[in-house]
Amino acid sequence: MTVKIGIPRALLFHNFIPYWKTFFEGIGAEVVISGLTNKAILQDGLRLSVDEACLPVKVAFGHVEHLKNKADYIFIPRLVSVFPREYICPKFLGFPDMVRQNVQGLPGVIDNNINMYRRESDLYRQFFEIGSLICGNPFKIALAIKKAGDAIKRFTARVESGLRPDRAIDSSYSEDGPAGRKDTTVAVIGHPYNIYDSFINIGLLKRLEDAGINVLTTDNVPEKEVNDHVAHLNKKLFWTLGRRMVGAAYHFLESPGISGIIHVASFACGPDSMTGELIERKARRIGSKPYLNLTLDEHTGEAGIVTRVEAFLDMVGTKEQAARC
Amino acid sequence: MKVTFPHMGNLWICLDAMLKYLGIETVVPPPSSKKTLDLGSKHSPEFACMPLKLNLGNFMEASEMGADTIIMAGGCGPCRFGYYAQVEHVILEDLGYNYRLVVMEPPEKHISQLLSRIRYITGNKPWIEVIRGIKYGYSKARAVDMLEMAAMRKRPLERRPGQTDTALNEALSIIAGAVYGKLDEAYARASEIMEQIPVDRKPVLKIGLVGEIYTLLEPFSNLDLEKKLGRLGVEVDRSIYLSEWVNDHLFMGLVRGVRSSSLYTRLSAPYLRHFVGGHGQETLGAAAYYNNKGYDGIIQILPFTCMPEIVAQSVLPQFSRDTGMPVMTLIVDEQTGESGYMTRLEAFVDLLAEKGARKEELA
Repeated sequence: MTVKIGIPRALLFHNFIPYWKTFFEGIGAEVVISGLTNKAILQDGLRLSVDEACLPVKVAFGHVEHLKNKADYIFIPRLVSVFPREYICPKFLGFPDMVRQNVQGLPGVIDNNINMYRRESDLYRQFFEIGSLICGNPFKIALAIKKAGDAIKRFTARVESGLRPDRAIDSSYSEDGPAGRKDTTVAVIGHPYNIYDSFINIGLLKRLEDAGINVLTTDNVPEKEVNDHVAHLNKKLFWTLGRRMVGAAYHFLESPGISGIIHVASFACGPDSMTGELIERKARRIGSKPYLNLTLDEHTGEAGIVTRVEAFLDMVGTKEQAARC
Repeated sequence: MKVTFPHMGNLWICLDAMLKYLGIETVVPPPSSKKTLDLGSKHSPEFACMPLKLNLGNFMEASEMGADTIIMAGGCGPCRFGYYAQVEHVILEDLGYNYRLVVMEPPEKHISQLLSRIRYITGNKPWIEVIRGIKYGYSKARAVDMLEMAAMRKRPLERRPGQTDTALNEALSIIAGAVYGKLDEAYARASEIMEQIPVDRKPVLKIGLVGEIYTLLEPFSNLDLEKKLGRLGVEVDRSIYLSEWVNDHLFMGLVRGVRSSSLYTRLSAPYLRHFVGGHGQETLGAAAYYNNKGYDGIIQILPFTCMPEIVAQSVLPQFSRDTGMPVMTLIVDEQTGESGYMTRLEAFVDLLAEKGARKEELA
C-alpha cells in the first residue's frame, strides 16, 4: 500500500510545492494536499492556536487539522533557512513544536529540519533523510531528489517570466500571450501565503484583474534583480522573504511600467514591521507612485478591502490621466 | 563625539562606566518614561515591538542633550532586534536627526569590521585598555545584578513597604558612582545597605519570571513587575540577568560560576526542540528549571508581536498541563493599562496562595 503524505496548503506551499510533490511521488508516496482555505479551516486554526499568532500561522493550523485524518504522515518541515545566511521567521522555526503541542490525534509527523543556513548543498542530505523514512531504496531517493530539483527549476523559470506561482504550479497552464495584456500594471508585494490565498485576502488579485489591471508580484522579480536592489542597504536583511520583498519593491518603485504598489501584510507580522517600514519610507521619498498598505487578519471584512482597493485604483487612474494630458 | 546608547534596565551603569574609563564623553538618556514611549511610538512602525519604540524615544531625548553618536548592539536574526539599528537610523534620518550609528554585532564578512567599529569609538586607546574597560563594565554589571537579586529576596519580607527600593536605589547609585579600582569597596558598602533592610521572617510565594530579555530587564516596560510582585509578598527570580547575558554572548561563557543559558537550552525539550531566535527556547527551559526548583508559579512576559516568545507562548500551556505548574503570560505595549495589569497579578498570586494552602491541607 502506498504511503500517503499530507501537505498543508499553507506557509511556504506556494514556494516549494513542485519540489515537495515531485520528491514524494518520486519515492513512491501519494501526496494529499489540503483544500483551498475556507471558513471551516480558518475557524479550526483560530481554535487551535494562540491569539497572538499571525493569521498565516493560524490558517496553517487549520490546514493541518483538516489533513490529519486523510494521510499517514503530515509533512510540516522545520523551515529554518532556505537560503544561506538567512532565516524565514521565528514562527517557522517553531511551527512543528507548536503543532505537536496543540493539535490532538496527529498521524505521523515529518518535521525534519530544512536548513541551508550553512550551504545550499545541505538540502540534499536533509531530503535524503526524509526519503529514508519512507523508502528503502537509496537510488530511488537520489533520483527523486534530482527530479525535484529539476521541477523547482522549471517552476522558478515560469514564475520569473511573469506567471503567478499559484498558476505556475499547474504545469499545463499558459497565459493568453501579449494579446490579453492590459494597459495598467500594479505590483503586489507580500508574503506568498498572504497574496495567493484568496480566502484570507478576500480575492485581492482577482479583484485587480477584474478591474482590468495586470498584476505582478514579489515572486515575479528574478533573484538577481532583487539582490541588486538590496545591495545598497546598510546591512544585509536576514529574512529570505523580507529580502525578496524589499528588493522587489525597490525594483517596482523604479520600473516605469508599474503604476502603483500594494503592500500586503498580516496583522502584527514581525519581519514586515521592519521591511514594510523600509519600503514605505522609500516609496514616500521617491513619491511618484500610489502606495497602499493592506493589513490582513481574521477580522478583515470584504467592504473594507473593496473600499481601499477602489480608492487606490482611482489614484492610479488619476495619475495616469494626468500623465497622458 | 558624544556617545549615547539605549536604556535597558541598569545597562547604563556598566556601559557608562566602560566608555568613561576609555575617556569617551557619554550622554545617558533620561530614564525611559511615558514621554519616551510616546515619542517613540509616534514615529515607529505600528507593529514594531516595544523595545524599538523605547530605543527611538531614548535617542530622541538624548539628542536634545547633545548626543551625536549612538552605540548599540545588533545580531543576525531571526529576531528582529538584529535589524533595529538600521530601521531606527532610517527613521531618525527622516526626522532630521544627524546621528552617527555604530553597531556592535557579529561581523558579516570579517572580524576586522567589528574591530574597526570599536576603533571608531575608542580612538587610539591600546587594545589592552579596551579589554580592561570591558572587564570593568562587566564587573559593574555583576555588582548591579547581585544587588537586584538581594532586593528580590528582601521585598516580600520588608517591614515597611518601600524600604527595599529606597535601599536599592542608594546601593545602585554607589555602584554607578564608583571609580576604577574602588569598585570592590563600593560593592561592599552597597551590599551592606541591602543587608540592613529590616525584615520579618514569614513564608513567601516564589515566582519565576521568564520571557523576552528587554521586558524582563527594563522596569518601565514591565510596569515595575518585580516591585509589584514583591509588595504582594512574592519572591521572584528572573531567567536572565545582564551579566549572565554578557557572559553568554560576548565572552562565550568564559566566566565561571555564572548561570548559563545552555542549561535552559537542554531543559527545553521536548516542548521546543530547536532555537527560535531571541530567547524563545530559553523561556521554555527556564520554565522547566523553575519547576524543578519547586517554584509556585511562572510568569512569561513579552512585548506585543514578539515572534520568538509567541512560539514559546504556544507551547507553554501544554507544559503547564503536563507539570501542573501555573503559568501566566503578560503582554505589554504602549497600550498596556496599569490597573488591568495589577488585577491580573493579584488574581494570579491569590491563585498560587490558594493552591499552596490546599496542598498543605492535604499533606
